[in-house]
Amino acid sequence: MNELALAAFAAETGSHLVAEPRTARFERFRREFDEPAYLSSLRDRGVRWLPRSAARFPPGLAAIFDPPPGLFVCGETDDGLLEHASVAIVGARSCSAYGASVARKLGRELAAAGLVVVSGLARGVDGEAHRGAVEAGGATVAVLGCGVDRVYPAAHAELARRVTTCGLIVSEYAPGVEPAPWRFPARNRIIAGLAAATVVVEARERSGALITADLALEEGREVFAVPGEITSALSAGTNALLRNGATALTSPGDVLHAFGIAPAERQVAELSPVAERVLRCLRDAPESADVLARELSLDAAELAAALSELELLGLAEESAGTYRPA
Amino acid sequence: MRRYGRRDVLARTVTHTLVGLDARRVEVEASVESGIPGFTIVGLADRACQEAKHRVRSSVAAAELQWPRHRITVNLAPAALRKEGSGFDLAIALAVLAASRQIPRDALDGHAVFGELALDGRVRPVGGVLAAAEGARRGGYDRLLCAAESASEAGLAGIEPVPLRHLAEAAAYLRGEIDAPPWVPLNGKGRPSFSYPDMADVRGQERGRRAIEIAAAGRHNLLLAGPPGTGKTMLARRLPGVLPPLVDEETLEATRIHSVAGLLPPGRPLVDLPPFRAPHHSASVAALVGGGPGPRPGEASLAHHGVLLLDELPEFIRPALEALRQPLEDGIVSVARAQGMAVFPARFQLLGTMNLCPCGGRGDPAVECSCSPQRLASFRDKLSRALLDRFDLVVTVPRPKAEDLAATPGEPSAEIAGRVSAARALLRPSPPRRVAAADDLLTRAVERLPLSGRGRARVARVAQTIAALAGSESVLSEHVAEALSYRVPRELDVT
Repeated sequence: MNELALAAFAAETGSHLVAEPRTARFERFRREFDEPAYLSSLRDRGVRWLPRSAARFPPGLAAIFDPPPGLFVCGETDDGLLEHASVAIVGARSCSAYGASVARKLGRELAAAGLVVVSGLARGVDGEAHRGAVEAGGATVAVLGCGVDRVYPAAHAELARRVTTCGLIVSEYAPGVEPAPWRFPARNRIIAGLAAATVVVEARERSGALITADLALEEGREVFAVPGEITSALSAGTNALLRNGATALTSPGDVLHAFGIAPAERQVAELSPVAERVLRCLRDAPESADVLARELSLDAAELAAALSELELLGLAEESAGTYRPA
Repeated sequence: MRRYGRRDVLARTVTHTLVGLDARRVEVEASVESGIPGFTIVGLADRACQEAKHRVRSSVAAAELQWPRHRITVNLAPAALRKEGSGFDLAIALAVLAASRQIPRDALDGHAVFGELALDGRVRPVGGVLAAAEGARRGGYDRLLCAAESASEAGLAGIEPVPLRHLAEAAAYLRGEIDAPPWVPLNGKGRPSFSYPDMADVRGQERGRRAIEIAAAGRHNLLLAGPPGTGKTMLARRLPGVLPPLVDEETLEATRIHSVAGLLPPGRPLVDLPPFRAPHHSASVAALVGGGPGPRPGEASLAHHGVLLLDELPEFIRPALEALRQPLEDGIVSVARAQGMAVFPARFQLLGTMNLCPCGGRGDPAVECSCSPQRLASFRDKLSRALLDRFDLVVTVPRPKAEDLAATPGEPSAEIAGRVSAARALLRPSPPRRVAAADDLLTRAVERLPLSGRGRARVARVAQTIAALAGSESVLSEHVAEALSYRVPRELDVT
C-alpha cells in the first residue's frame, strides 16, 4: 500500500481517506504518482512525511480505529517527539479568563515536567496550552485540520512559528489542503490518538473538545476534566464529563500522578509580607485590585507593587482587571 | 491722475490677518475718487470680508459720519495673501474715514487696528486678538484699536490697547477729542472663575485614582479600560482638576490658541487652568489635529498644556488616531497647505477610555461577554501597537462594588494637587535615579514579561514619577514594581 499516494490523492480530490479506495480514478492516480518528486517537493517546503507503516509512527496513533495513512510533519524537533509521553489539552475557543489561565498553567507545568503538550492550535484553550508549554521551554505538538503549510487561525502565525522551534506541527492532510469545518472533528481523533491522556479545560455542552474526549475514551485513554462553575455555560460540557466518570483535575499534579511522575518541588519564593497577604487573599477568590485594596486595607501604591511582585514570580496573573493565582 | 482735477485721496490703516497662529500684516488702503458712487474691496478678500462693505457703510451712518458719495476702492495688501474673516471691518471704516478727511490721516500713525463692526456702529471683538496684537507689537506699533472686550487680552501682548465701544468713539479718539478709554490689565489675580469636577466625587476606584495622580505628576498619557458604567469617564474628567495651574508663558500660549479658535468665553479672557478637551468620537482628522483652508487649530492644539480626552478610543476613526502620533512625539502639529505651512503647538496629555470588547461585557463579573473571537480581534486591531505604545499607564477599571459606592467620599482634588505639585518640583531639576536593586527588577521584568524596549523606557519613566510622589531621592525597587503593574495588559496586547 502506498500511503503517500493515498494522502496526495485525498488532498487532490478534497476528500478524507484512511484506506485505499477501489476506484479506477485512484488506480490511475497511483500509477502516475511520482513519489520521489513529491517527496522532494515536500523537502523543499521543510515538510517531512511519516507514513503509518514507519517504525517511528507513534504507536498510540497507530492503535486507533481509523489511523491516518501517515503524518505530514513540520518543525525543528526530531519526529521521535511523537513517541514521547504526551498529554492533550483541549477546550473551548471562546474560553473564559479562568479557562485561559488554567490552560496556560497546565501547559506550562506539564511541559516543564517533561510531558509533550498536544493540542490543536485553535484560539482559546488550545492556544493558551501551547503558549504555556512554549513559555516553560517544553515540547509541544500542534495538530492541524489543514495542510501544515497553512496556519489556521492566521492570528496564531507567531505562536505556530514558536511551536516549530520547540516542537512539531503535524497534520494528516497534505500541504495545500484548506481548512474546512468537517476536517476538525477528524483532526481531533489524531489529538486523542497521539496523547496518552486528554484534559478538557472548558467546553460548552456541544463542543469539539467533547468529541476529542469521547474518542480518547473509546481508545481507552485517560480523560481529565477541569471542574467549572455549575452556572457557567462554558463549563457545562466539562461538568457533564465529570458526571459521566471523567477524572476531576484539581491540579497539574493529578495528570503527573497518572503518568507516574513526581510533581516537581515548587520552589518557595521569598515573598514580601504584603505580597504574602495578597496571595493568600487571591487564593480565596480572584479579585480586582480595588477590592483587594479594601479588604487588606492597603493603599493603591503598596498593592500595585505587591501584585507586580507576584506576577513576576509567576504566582498571580491579571486578566480584564481581575487578578487570580497562577 | 490730477489731470482731470479730481480730489482723489488715499489713506492707509494697518491690521493683521492670521495664518494658523501667525499674524501677517495687512495694509488697508482706501482711495476716494470722484466718479460714479460705489464701494469695491480688492485684494483676495473672502466672503466674510466682502460683506464688510455693508457693515462698514451702515456703521459709518450710525456713527453720524459722512459716507463719501464717491467711488471708493479699498485694497487689502499684500494682494496675494488670502484674507479671511471679519477682523478688517474697523480698519476699512477708519481708512475710508481718513481718506475722506473726516479724521486726520496722521492720527493713525503708530496704530494697528483689529475689530469687527456691527450695523449700528458698535465694535465687536474678533477671535485671535492676542496673536494679532503680538504681530502688531513685533511690527513696531504701540497701540491697537480694538473692541473694548478684547482690550485686556490684547494687553497681554505688551501693546497698549485702545478699547473702543463704537465707531464714533474711534473717530473721536483719532480726532483728539477724547483720550484713550481706560482698560484693565490682566495680572492673573482675579482668578479662576471656574473649577474642574472634584475627585471627592469618586468613591472606591483606588487604583484608578492612583493612576490619575501619577499621570498628573509625570504628565503621562493614561488609558483607562474596563466595562461600561464603571466610572472611567468620571475619573478622566477629574484629571485636569489635580494639575497645577499654568505658568505665565503656558497661559500665553494656550490663550493665543483659544483666542484664534474664538473659544475664549466672554469675561474669562485667560486660559490659566490646564485646558481640557474631549472631542466626540466622530471627530475627523482635521477636527482633531487642525486643518481647513485657512488652517485652524484642532482639538490637539486646543489641549496644549492641558488634557486631551478621547472617550471610547476605539470608536475614533483610525486615521484620526494615527494623526495624533506626530503631536504626541514632537508636541507640534504642522498642517501643510498650498499657501504654506501652519505650525500649531500641541503638547497635551493624552487620556483615553475604552471598553475591553465591543459588547462591553469583558471584565465585568456580572455580564458574560458575547463577542466572537473575530469581533474581538478586529476591535483590538483598531488600536495600533504604535498608538498603544504612547500610553505610559494602562489601568483596568473594574466595576465598583456596592461597598465602594457606600464608602465615604474620596480624597478631594486639592490635596492630590498638592502632592502633584510637590512631585513636579522634585522631577524638574533632575529626575530621581534608579538604585541597583531597582535596575535588577526592571531587567528581570523585561525577561519575564512581554516588555519591549519602549515599554521598558516607559516603565522607567513612570517609576521616576512614583518615586517623586513618594518624595524619594532615588527610584527604589518598590517604585519599579508599582510602575510595572500599569503596563499594557495582555488582552490589549496586539502581539
